[in-house]
Amino acid sequence: MAILSKDEAQNILKKVLSFSTADECEATLSGQTGGNVRSARNAISTSGAVDNVQLSVEARFGKRSGVATCNEFDDATLRRCVQRVEEIARLAPESPEYMPLLGPQQYLDGSKAFVQSTANITPDYRAQQTAASLNLCEKRKLTSAGFLNDTAGFTARRNSKGLEAYQPYTSLEYSVTVRTPDGTGSGYAVADYNDASKFDAGRLTQIAADKAAGSVAAKAIEPGKYTVILEPAASVELLSNMMESMDARAAGEGRSFLSKKGGGIKKGEKLFDERVSIYSDPSSADLPGRVFAGDGRPQKRVAWIEKGVVKNLYSSRFWAQKAGIPDLPAPGGWIMEGGTQSVQDMIKGTAKGILVTRLWYIRAVDPQTLLYTGLTRDGTFYIENGKIKHPVKNFRFNESPIIMLNNLEALGKPQRVDGNLVPPLKIREFTFTSLSDAV
Amino acid sequence: MKRRDFVGLTSLAAGALFLPGIPSFGGTLVDPERLLETVDPALKKRLADAALNAAKSAGATYADVRIGRYLNQSIFTREKQVQNIASGESYGAGVRVLANGNWGFAATNTVTEAGLAKAAQLAVAIAKANAKVQKGQVNLAPQQGYGEVSWKTPIQQSAFEVPIAQKVELLLAANAKALDNGASFVNSSLFQINEQKYFASTDGSYIDQDVHRIWPTFGVTAVDRASGKFRTREALSAPMGLGYEYLTPKAADKIAGPAGTGLIGYKNSYDMLEDAALAAQQAKGKLTAKSVTPGKYDIVLDPNHLGLTIHESIGHATELDRVLGYEANYAGTSFATLEWKAKKQPYGSKLVNIFADKTQPGSLGAVGYDDEGVKTKQWDIIKDGTLVDYQKIRDQAAIVGQEESDGCCYAQSWQDVQFQRMANISLKPGQQKMSVDDMIKGVDKGIYIAGRGSYSIDQQRYNFQFGGTVFYAIEKGKIVGQLEDVAYQANTQEFWNSCAAICDESDYRLFGSFFDGKGQPSQVSAVSHGSSTTRFNGVNIINTARKVG
Repeated sequence: MAILSKDEAQNILKKVLSFSTADECEATLSGQTGGNVRSARNAISTSGAVDNVQLSVEARFGKRSGVATCNEFDDATLRRCVQRVEEIARLAPESPEYMPLLGPQQYLDGSKAFVQSTANITPDYRAQQTAASLNLCEKRKLTSAGFLNDTAGFTARRNSKGLEAYQPYTSLEYSVTVRTPDGTGSGYAVADYNDASKFDAGRLTQIAADKAAGSVAAKAIEPGKYTVILEPAASVELLSNMMESMDARAAGEGRSFLSKKGGGIKKGEKLFDERVSIYSDPSSADLPGRVFAGDGRPQKRVAWIEKGVVKNLYSSRFWAQKAGIPDLPAPGGWIMEGGTQSVQDMIKGTAKGILVTRLWYIRAVDPQTLLYTGLTRDGTFYIENGKIKHPVKNFRFNESPIIMLNNLEALGKPQRVDGNLVPPLKIREFTFTSLSDAV
Repeated sequence: MKRRDFVGLTSLAAGALFLPGIPSFGGTLVDPERLLETVDPALKKRLADAALNAAKSAGATYADVRIGRYLNQSIFTREKQVQNIASGESYGAGVRVLANGNWGFAATNTVTEAGLAKAAQLAVAIAKANAKVQKGQVNLAPQQGYGEVSWKTPIQQSAFEVPIAQKVELLLAANAKALDNGASFVNSSLFQINEQKYFASTDGSYIDQDVHRIWPTFGVTAVDRASGKFRTREALSAPMGLGYEYLTPKAADKIAGPAGTGLIGYKNSYDMLEDAALAAQQAKGKLTAKSVTPGKYDIVLDPNHLGLTIHESIGHATELDRVLGYEANYAGTSFATLEWKAKKQPYGSKLVNIFADKTQPGSLGAVGYDDEGVKTKQWDIIKDGTLVDYQKIRDQAAIVGQEESDGCCYAQSWQDVQFQRMANISLKPGQQKMSVDDMIKGVDKGIYIAGRGSYSIDQQRYNFQFGGTVFYAIEKGKIVGQLEDVAYQANTQEFWNSCAAICDESDYRLFGSFFDGKGQPSQVSAVSHGSSTTRFNGVNIINTARKVG
């Protein structure tokens, strides 16, 4: 049941709309199927499966609205769902931020987001991939803990104004932490895909295992400002936090890093090094994404930061209209332009610095400056004269991505991580404020 | 009984789909009236027996079943308007079995005898499949069956019985108080939870529980357009294991904060309007407060702040699954290994006595029995500064040479497998009479911190950094004014060994975390941490102000 075709999904939605007597009605059908395997201490610890389809209906009378959901699709249930949501909508207060439903929209071709091989994943496949990771670690006398999760799903939407949308998608995420049995070394690898045929748990485990073995007997060096090479798994969360802070309303209300002194927003201002360009593009071959947002607006190629200049902020439809700015939904994933160098190339070009595999427990310290704190984890190494010299103990950092993207030394070849394309970044004067004994 | 065919609904304003930034509990959106319904225990017993019998027939040596209705309602407002109201229900059953020495788990929302039997058979098939690739076997601590028993959170009024209009009115009144006192913006919300959980196992237990939790909260923001500066002061409420009575303020539940701050500590009831008014004044105060000079200070921590420090640096560090490596790929492990514990090194000063408990009335963790049928209790974690025990469940007890679970197994819903979760972890009050003003009188150069702020700790729980909601400078035994840009960085053992004084029992209050995340796929749980105001000497304070743009 979970993956309905476009026709199957739209036929249910047409029926829902036909039962409605509201001024406006919109229905969304979504489904997911998939599974997961978790391992720890070189054994499978838990496994699970998900299979679910859900219908959401919104009815509106003037500026009053109500929403209902159900998970059975016979005529009687659908009719009852629509009737009840209309009763609720009639009783609701008027919304001061009412926007009429969208009419017909043009969407990009989203077919690349769905890959049949991922939708075909079986429990045996998950067990085999996990076993490959566990066996490799056992042979090397290391300890593995990992998590494999795959999903195939679809979203379909239709409303009384003529909007019609459908997109299937697939995804697979895997992460693995490998530790030495005495707990003195730890390594990590992570990846995500639309296409499971590109996934190889053994290859990723090899990377984590090498880092675990190489991080034993880490030396303590003084905290302070260092040149760092942040692997994509290290920088992605800081950059995602910054992207999620680009809301036009918060900026307009004076409570964002993009708010201007005296009022207004920093759109059009150069806030970063001119090599910083971040955009979203659901039709990217390397990062095929959702072609419509949660409210039905089209997701298109949008430049958010171009050559260091803030080009666009995302916004609700209400705020976009009120503020007179482009009506852009928040992106599903983002792409930061980079160069051609690998992490190894970047290490070769570094006289003194620190290679960071991963940053952990990142929390906002000051939303005004986007200052974040967190720690290095699972593979932190000192670089000298173009080579990794020795592992170093982990650090706590206090740093802002705004400052970081002004202290840019070099960008490497973007890699896919956590649903984004992120280049390795070489940053000068990255601020480490204390040492951690954690491995 | 078949409940999949119900129709759900929500009301007022726009639905959750329009509000991507707002958290949602999940479940199917339903009519608020539906939150008042219950399911007959006799029916649940029949359904449970169908699952247990099917599991045994399929080869399980042990089986448990959890039939759960997980109900929730959340209300969100900003300034003068309601943003969203959602009422949710999730109903189904999860069956966990031991077969061929390994766990198997399956869940279903087809809550019929046939549906549960099918889930039980699938769970056994998964256990047998896992057993083929596993080397070890689960060693489950023995557990007596309790027969047919029940437990209910001792509440005075279910929040679901209170009309939505009344709850909205309270939130909007709090917003008005904040705006009247100079707030630029205010967001307020009310979260309400009811878990109707039925547990049965092949040990012979049939446990019916009705668990309630509530959390009113807000954030008040002051903006100075001229300087471009903005600051937020969060509510000083705590999420609690209480009913709507938590929102009827009682004078006996109020504890005056330090002289010169206007702060009030709340025990078992909360004055939202009073706190909203003070929050607006303090948010404005934060705009012009002195930026802290970094260095060593004696810090005095309010229970509504200290709870999170306890949670991160003791609560998670003493969870046995973390200690053993089961969380290595996500939240991490712990410095407090079995070997470290054996050395009896001081976790904290002699004043530090930490206890775990799943029984304290009003706490988020309080239940009669955990999610694997173990009667709950209170036990010591740190005695006179030394680690004496961990938090453990039935399949972990034998690993540390013990014979029984601590009763801290939990699953966030029927469809998630239960695993070890944090009990309430609390600091015992000081034995000698001491108020917060008495404590501050003895501080020469210090900082008083209240409320939760930024928090971060490493994956083995050594190095942490905490901010707060409001900060006050202490000079020569007196509060002298608000501070800003404050965070303290410390090592867990150094920090707890610097614990110099703890206020007495009259100052004891609960802090709570409503959405504590753990596991992959991640599950949330709710947990409280009690303490009295506590002093730590010579803690490293950093200044978090930066210049950008």
